[in-house]
Order: sequence, then structure tokens, then C-alpha cells
Amino acid sequence: MSTPTLEMTEAAPAPAAAAGRRTRRRGERGPLGTALLHGGLTAASLIALAPVAWLFYLSLGPDKDDYLHPGKIADKLTIGNYRFVLEHTAFFDWFRSTMIVALGTTVIGVFVAATTGYAVSRMRFPGYKQLMWVLLLTQAFPIAILIVPMYEIFGELGLIDTYWSLIIVNCTTAVPYSAWLLKGYFDTIPFEIDEAGRVDGLSPFGTFFRLVLPLARPGLAVAAFYNFITAVGEVAFATTFMLDDSKYTFAVGLQTFVSEHDAQWNYMAATAVLIAIPVTVFFYLVQKNLVTGLTAGGTKG
Amino acid sequence: MTVAIDRATGKRRGDRAPRPGLGRRIRHGCQKHWYAYAMIAPVVAVLGGIVAYPLLRGVYLTLTDANSLNSARTIGVNHIDATYRFIGLDNYKDILFGPTAYDRFWSHFLWTVFWTAACVVLHYAIGLGLALMLDQKLRGRTVYRLLLVLPWAVPTFVTVFSWRIMLADSGVLNQLLGALHLPQPQWLEDTFWQRFAAIMVNTWCGVPFMMLSLLGGLQSIDSSLYEAAEMDGATAWQRFRHVTLPGLRSVSSTVVLLGVIWTFNQFAIIFLLFGPTGAPDAQILVTWAYYLGFGQQPRDFAQSAAYGVLLLSVLTVFTSFYFRWLKRNDQLAV
Repeated sequence: MSTPTLEMTEAAPAPAAAAGRRTRRRGERGPLGTALLHGGLTAASLIALAPVAWLFYLSLGPDKDDYLHPGKIADKLTIGNYRFVLEHTAFFDWFRSTMIVALGTTVIGVFVAATTGYAVSRMRFPGYKQLMWVLLLTQAFPIAILIVPMYEIFGELGLIDTYWSLIIVNCTTAVPYSAWLLKGYFDTIPFEIDEAGRVDGLSPFGTFFRLVLPLARPGLAVAAFYNFITAVGEVAFATTFMLDDSKYTFAVGLQTFVSEHDAQWNYMAATAVLIAIPVTVFFYLVQKNLVTGLTAGGTKG
Repeated sequence: MTVAIDRATGKRRGDRAPRPGLGRRIRHGCQKHWYAYAMIAPVVAVLGGIVAYPLLRGVYLTLTDANSLNSARTIGVNHIDATYRFIGLDNYKDILFGPTAYDRFWSHFLWTVFWTAACVVLHYAIGLGLALMLDQKLRGRTVYRLLLVLPWAVPTFVTVFSWRIMLADSGVLNQLLGALHLPQPQWLEDTFWQRFAAIMVNTWCGVPFMMLSLLGGLQSIDSSLYEAAEMDGATAWQRFRHVTLPGLRSVSSTVVLLGVIWTFNQFAIIFLLFGPTGAPDAQILVTWAYYLGFGQQPRDFAQSAAYGVLLLSVLTVFTSFYFRWLKRNDQLAV
């Protein structure tokens, strides 16, 4: 990878310093600068953390109106909400639906996109520019333009209220974006490897499957992860196409706690925490790769 | 041989001198590039099947008066065929110039443009500020970075609900403001504050992506440039202005474009923050189109799709101009 990862620069030596000089070294700050820096970052971190922490705190309060007088929660912390959510709601159904839809999208999205990413990274063919343009443009598709005709088409095909409907619509955003992302990653794999493969008698497909794909595993993982979280977070289509509440994904299921007339904020908070914690942990495990993958796509041409 | 070679020599199609006939060119092209075409075939098939076909149908739908009362539907065991009629461009005429055009389209359009501009400017400014701070040598930098990425890690629909609780009339934010003897706005009822809240929440959600992308960009800038600038006596501001910003150009142009597109089409935040029917004045075009198509009875499919076409046109025009502008300034990264 030619794009520096966060680690590499972190480990990089401090800027060369002229030792023994009385003026400050380059990149060195006075105590005020350091304090400001820490102050700013702490404030920003608190703001970033607050909504999630607050949700967690509320999830421990037993009443649905506890959010109005949060001070009282501290005296009566309970995990009753979690128990209720796990035992008496369709949480596990939602979990299953979410997983089916998200994994389905991920597998199809990455599979289909990988070859295209390779082709646009290595080959110049008539229609190349148009394809890149279309890939980018599909990012710009508002859901409004596809949701109505999709609804009609799925209605005719009897796909409304099936997992396939969501997998298919998620692919409309997942596939072009994955192709784009993977192109960026393939660009960072030296072309000499392809040439060596060709010299050794591999076809372009052979080169791709035997040499490039194994090398691109981190890139594939990033694309897969990106597709996964995009599919998990998709709201509009899931809200419209899923009618049976045992097939809701989390994005739809969570809305059911908050209707016009009754808002069960405590259960909602507990469910939200149950969803957020594993996703967040997983995210932290991969985020460094994610950054690398994103910047590879963004800075390489 | 299509791999790498033609790219390495930078040969363009135009460089070949004699231009053979169309049939021969197609055959030649197929022979020469069939690997490439085979490889892009899956994506082309997917895009054709699940993007282009629905798009064409959507465009056709905008030329009809389709709604949930005259579309094909199944009630119990009875199947009722579609009875909607072709009405030409009346939907567009109605949306853009009809008697309710201002209330329904133009006011939302202006708000959407403002929303997009405000959000992207905030995303970029805050993201760049944080990225610059994180790029310093600093104790606990990794911890800060992990905490700052949090809004990106948690699914949007989870955090938006959290914001909704915090912004509620007597939610924690107003309690804090009350404790400080500051005014307590009705975040989720008053139009101005609804819009304020929407921008605030979207900014919160979008900054981490910008921050990380720009951080990656910052770290790819050659540090010897800074040293050289300093040797020449450049101030911190001059280094920022003449080394950092140009170094970030290619990352910036990509993330700003993505930011504009994503913000313009940001559905989940507004939809979930105000509920499916709340806050008519804070709806951006995407959520408003969804409301027309799925949030009301009877559902107005044709107008909803027409909004979609209009939205896509706006974005296409914007992207084209943006690219042209980037090309002129030689900043094209993608």
C-alpha cells in the first residue's frame, strides 16, 4: 500500500530537531498550545460520545418517562429493559432479518463488484469513462426516484415483504460503491504483478483470481464491511417494503417503539444499545483498514 | 493484451492514425477488449436490471397520474389492474409552476440547498479542524481518534433516536439550557429550531467521515514540504494556506462531492428525527418525495417519482459542473 496508514505516520520519527537550540523545535508547542489542543479534542470527544452514552444511561432506567427526569435513574439502575427486549419483543427476529439482508447484500455486492473494480483499474476500453461516470452517478440516485418503481416491480413479482427485495435494492448502492472502492484498492497493487502473471502464461482472469484477488483481501474486507453497515443502516426501503413485523430489520424495528401515541423510550434505548455495542466493537476492529481503504479510493487516480 | 500495457504507455484511442469502418472497429474492439467487457458484465447487468430499468419505469410513471387508488394492486384475492392514464408533463408543470408550487416544491428546494450547503461546510470545517488537531504529536491521540469516530461507528438510526430523546421538550438538552438560564427552544416543534436541530444532528453524524478522510490526506503530505516552507520563513498560516490546503486538494474534492451527494439525499436523519409525518417545513426534497409517495393517503406515486427525477437532475447537473470545474483547476482525483 502506498497510502500511509495512520500507524505508519504515528510511528514515524519526530521532525528532525536542532538539539540544544533555545528556540522551540519544529512541531513543538508551548504549554498553552498543548492545553488548547487537549481541551478542543476533549470537548469534541465528549460531544461525539454524549448521545450514545446518554442512550446507554437511559436504557438502565425502568420507566418510559425517565428521560424527563434523568437524575432519578441513578437510584434505580436496572437491566430490566434489556430482559424485556430480549424476552418479549421480536428482537431476535429483527436480528435474523438484519443479518440475512446485510450479509446477502455484502456477498452479492462484493462478488459482483470485484471484477469490475479490477477491470477499471487495469484496462482501458471503449466505454470506460462512461462506466466510471455511471458508477459515480448511481451514488447520486435519491431513493425517491427508485422507490416507487421498485415498489411497483416488486409488487408484480410478489417480492414485497421478502428479504430479496431489500437485498436487491441495497445492491443498487452497494455494487457501484464497492466497485469504486475496489478500483482504488486495486490501483495500489503494483501492475508488475499482473505483468509477471501474464508472462507466466496466465489469462487476465487467471491473473485476477490467482494473483490479484488474494492480495486484495484487505480491500475486499473494507468493501464488505462498508456494504454491511450500509445495508444495516438502510431505513427508507426497509420501512416501505417490510410489512410483517417478524421480518423487520433493526432500522424498522426500532421505530416501532415510538409511535404517535406511545413512546417506550426505555425499551427503545435498551434495544439501541444492544444493536450499537456489537456494531461499534466490530467497527473499532476494522476502522484502521477502513480509513486506508477510503483514502486509497480517494487519493489514488 | 489489455492488461496494464496500454495504460503504462498512456496510449489513447485517438493516437491510432487510420480509422477503420464501424463494423470492423466494433469487432476489433470486442476482440481486443473482451476480457474487460466480460469483467464488467456483472455490474452492467446489475445496474441495467436494478437501476436502469426501474429508473425508466420511474420516468414513465412521472408522465402518468398514478397513485395508490389506480395502480395495480391486490386486495384479498382480487387483483385489480392499473388504470392510470398518460398525462404528459403535467406533473412537472404542477410541481414547478402549479398554484402550490412554492409551498410544496420551491420552499423545500431552497431549504434543501441551504441544508446541503450548511451541512457540507460544517462537515468540512469541523472535520478539517479535528483532523489538523489529531495530526499533531500528542499524548492520547489514539484514544481521541477512537472517541471521535464513534458517531460513524454506531448506525445512524440508533443515534438519531438518541438525539430525539435529548432534544425532546423537557429532554436533557433543554434541562441543561434551563439550568444555565438560557432559552429552551422547542427543538422538535418550532420550524426554525427543527431546521437547526436537523443540521446539528447531521453535522454530528457526518464529521467523522470527513475527519478520517482528511486525516488520511494530511498524513500523505510530504513533511519535507513543511520543513522547506519553514526554512523560507513561512508562518503557520502560510504553511497551512500554501502547503496543507494544496496537499489536501484531491482528497477534499472527492469528499466534498460525496458529502454534497449524501447530504442532498440524506433520508434517514430527517425521517427519523421528526417521525414520518412531523415537521413539514423541515423536510428536504427526498423526505418530502417519500411523504408524497408513501406517507399520505392516497399515495401519489407519480408526483413522488417526479420529485425523484427532479432531484436526480439537480445532482447530475451539479456533478457535471463540479467535474468541469475540477478539471479546469486540474484537481481531478477520481
